[in-house]
Amino acid sequence: MNRWSDFQKGMKDGVPIGLGYFAVSFTFGIMAILAGLNAWQATVISLTNLTSAGQFAGLPLIVGGGSLYELALTQLVINMRYCLMSFALSQKLDRRVPFVHRFFVAFGVTDEIFGVSVSQKGRLSPWYSYGAMSMAIPGWTFGTLCGAVLGNLLPEFWLSALSVAIYGMFLAVIIPPAKKERSVRLAVIGAMLLSTLFRLLPVLREISSGFVIIITTVAIAGLAAWFCPIKEEEG
Amino acid sequence: MSNDRFFLYILVMAGVTYLIRALPLVLFRKEITHPFLKSFLYYVPYASLAAMTFPAILTATSSWISGAAALIIALCVAYKEKSLLTVAICACAAVFLTEALLRFAG
Repeated sequence: MNRWSDFQKGMKDGVPIGLGYFAVSFTFGIMAILAGLNAWQATVISLTNLTSAGQFAGLPLIVGGGSLYELALTQLVINMRYCLMSFALSQKLDRRVPFVHRFFVAFGVTDEIFGVSVSQKGRLSPWYSYGAMSMAIPGWTFGTLCGAVLGNLLPEFWLSALSVAIYGMFLAVIIPPAKKERSVRLAVIGAMLLSTLFRLLPVLREISSGFVIIITTVAIAGLAAWFCPIKEEEG
Repeated sequence: MSNDRFFLYILVMAGVTYLIRALPLVLFRKEITHPFLKSFLYYVPYASLAAMTFPAILTATSSWISGAAALIIALCVAYKEKSLLTVAICACAAVFLTEALLRFAG
């Protein structure tokens, strides 16, 4: 595989990510302005963090003058799922590429880029990740800036439609393997049911969405690994 | 808020987030051979992406009806193994059309 074709493939898969990010970060831009930050501050947050839940949770702490310790802990809990994803990617990444690439690939570990990366056949090329990042990072950053500057000018139904782009992508990643493999199918259904329980049941409902993803992932992947261990040639 | 204070916040926030992402990639480079751990990591993407999609898709749009329409359409198109971009566009179109219908009806 050559770098340019990997990069192009990543760019192509990055288009829906960038669009979805634009919609979500547009909302973040609006919220940041309402909370009292200015447009460039909101944009800098998005460019340096590249994470939705973490930023939305960090915003009130920043404008409310919360402690740095509290901010660090919030980010740690909400973003801990990236740790699991990085573990999985660490195994998937092409072993022949220089070590330094791992530092750059790490910056782009988001739910969505992780989603498209694991859907790649065989080993992951860092250039694929860079391609996806080249669409996702501008989408996220520019969306924040537009939201902060333009506020409510974009009709609400446009944002509404764009916001499901990322979910469509996730389904495109998980459904084909779920169709072929019973164990993956059970894991997908199990994870959806468990995360729904977390949204419906009292007490469990109070748990932050980032943490729900961690608990669900560990529980379901653990059960699946226990009952349906993969054979040597897979994975 | 002073600029210094703001940048301190950014530094902590971005620093913690980056370290969570980078440490596993940088520190655990060896191939995992333990069967349980290997299987666990194999299922992580499916479990996490499924958990992130549902039920969140139902509350992402301005009405749960358009969210449900996006879910059904995306499931069908993904089942036919279309590309990520195609599935994403179909999901967006489903929301767009459903909400246009809802406005027309209501």
